[in-house]
Amino acid sequence: MPLFGSLLTACVLLGLTADSVFSQEAPASLGEVAPAVAAPVPLDKADIAWVLVSSALVLMMAAPGLAMFYGGLVRKKNILGIFMQCFTLMGIMSIVWAMWGYSLVFSGDVGGLGLIGDFGYVGLKGVLPYIDANNVQQIPQILTVPKSLHMVFQMMFFIITPGLICGAYAERMKFSSMVVFSILWGTLVYCPVAHWVWSDFGWCSEFNLSPTAKIKAIDFAGGTVVHITSGISALVCAIMIGKRLGFGQEPMPPHNLTYTTIGAALLWVGWFGFNGGSALAADARAVNAMVATHMAAAAGVIAWAGMEWLTRGKASILGACSGAVAGLVCITPACGSVTPISAIIFGLAGGVACFYACTKLKNHFRYDDTLDAFGVHGVGGILGAILTGVFATKAITGPNGLHGVIEGNMKQLGDQFIAIGASMLIAVVGTVLLLKLIDAIIGLRISQAGELQGLDVAEHGEEGYIFL
Amino acid sequence: MKKIEAVIRHFMLEEVKDALTASGMQGMTVSEIRGFGRQKGHRDQYRGAEYTVDFIPKVKIEVVVTDDNYGAAIETILRSAQTGKIGDGKIFVTDLEAVYRIRTGESGADAL
Repeated sequence: MPLFGSLLTACVLLGLTADSVFSQEAPASLGEVAPAVAAPVPLDKADIAWVLVSSALVLMMAAPGLAMFYGGLVRKKNILGIFMQCFTLMGIMSIVWAMWGYSLVFSGDVGGLGLIGDFGYVGLKGVLPYIDANNVQQIPQILTVPKSLHMVFQMMFFIITPGLICGAYAERMKFSSMVVFSILWGTLVYCPVAHWVWSDFGWCSEFNLSPTAKIKAIDFAGGTVVHITSGISALVCAIMIGKRLGFGQEPMPPHNLTYTTIGAALLWVGWFGFNGGSALAADARAVNAMVATHMAAAAGVIAWAGMEWLTRGKASILGACSGAVAGLVCITPACGSVTPISAIIFGLAGGVACFYACTKLKNHFRYDDTLDAFGVHGVGGILGAILTGVFATKAITGPNGLHGVIEGNMKQLGDQFIAIGASMLIAVVGTVLLLKLIDAIIGLRISQAGELQGLDVAEHGEEGYIFL
Repeated sequence: MKKIEAVIRHFMLEEVKDALTASGMQGMTVSEIRGFGRQKGHRDQYRGAEYTVDFIPKVKIEVVVTDDNYGAAIETILRSAQTGKIGDGKIFVTDLEAVYRIRTGESGADAL
């Protein structure tokens, strides 16, 4: 916990210092629509097609992607536990997002503070097509796509983010507690941060064109919103829920690295939609995002596998897969503003940093972050958000676009630190409060007997593998 | 009658099976097992968590022979399963009380 405090303080201080010392930059010109009445821009079929495909790709990342990646890493008695968590989140978080999640992020703003959206879009009111007073069909739009598409694309992010946290408490979390936690966490941690960073009214959003909005954090596809929030929350969960029975004494190797590999490959391909689709258009930005994403993944493979080769003489498939994911996490905030060549640096840095976080750091502090949700998403997300402030370039963002240290703009780095600090803060506070609350009412962990038996039988009454 | 249980290396199974059937053995049972004797295991590492794996995958062949064929069967297995390195395995022999053919109900040597 003292580690957190210093990290948070450092982020906020660095950010505020950089901001006050360096001059303001012009807001990003992304062709974004101002909060006022939108000019009638026609729907674009190519944009719609690409974002539709991206939405499917991101859902695929939740299952089978993440499900198999995580599933192969746990012991065989818990395989269905993982699958059930991922699959259930696909069900529950979708409904929550439609009912109030999308509204809390992307509707208006409560009090004009840029902290949280209002209930304007509850139940998807104002999002779905309707017939108006003149008997004309209206299709609410955002930029060149129907709002419904923006909603469903973002829904897939809302699904997978709590899924990432499952990695921290794998093999010991009560299913009912996971469900309650995920719904509340999504509402109280994810939605605010997404509003801050992606709403037109967010206090640190690059899309906020108000003259009083000084902080413009770059987070193209969710480095802070998805990875930092889930990664930090994961660490809190791992510490507060406690270690698995037998952790540190019994061997608990992955029961099926073939699943993990398949999962990692699906995550890699799915990420093209996660990052490429975040352009919300089939345009040059989306292309850059996809290419940068791929280069970072590739470099990540080399970095982690290379570190293993150097430190223990053998490169492993788990290392290669983890490296790819680390690179992908790292490039997520940056892919719409850095070049694919810089992306290689993101991949190498992410691979090396996460390698150390998952080996040295974890072994030193002995927390049971079972599937390295913090080690990969937390560490990778923080690093990626910082590097974004360094490598953002007008070559990708445009002549009036946000740019970073390599083009002489220190303020961007400061803005990144502020956003990082703020998302870490809400993740820690939100998760601590939620876990304490849920523990007091229904508990967090399954019973000892259940944990020894395995989640599959104890929580779901099923067996994953029946051989004879 | 005797029951012969031979714990052998995985990749020797085909050779031992061929040698036994060539010498007249009519059937056998095979199972996948793990075990160790003097052969050491190995070290696995998964993202920084290291384990020593003591148990090594092996194959167990079980055959039942009459007292007359016993010597030849042991000879065949020893010859075909050997590589000369530590980890070749072991043969355990026990006396067998009875054996039955389920289809016909025959017992004894007729059932083999």
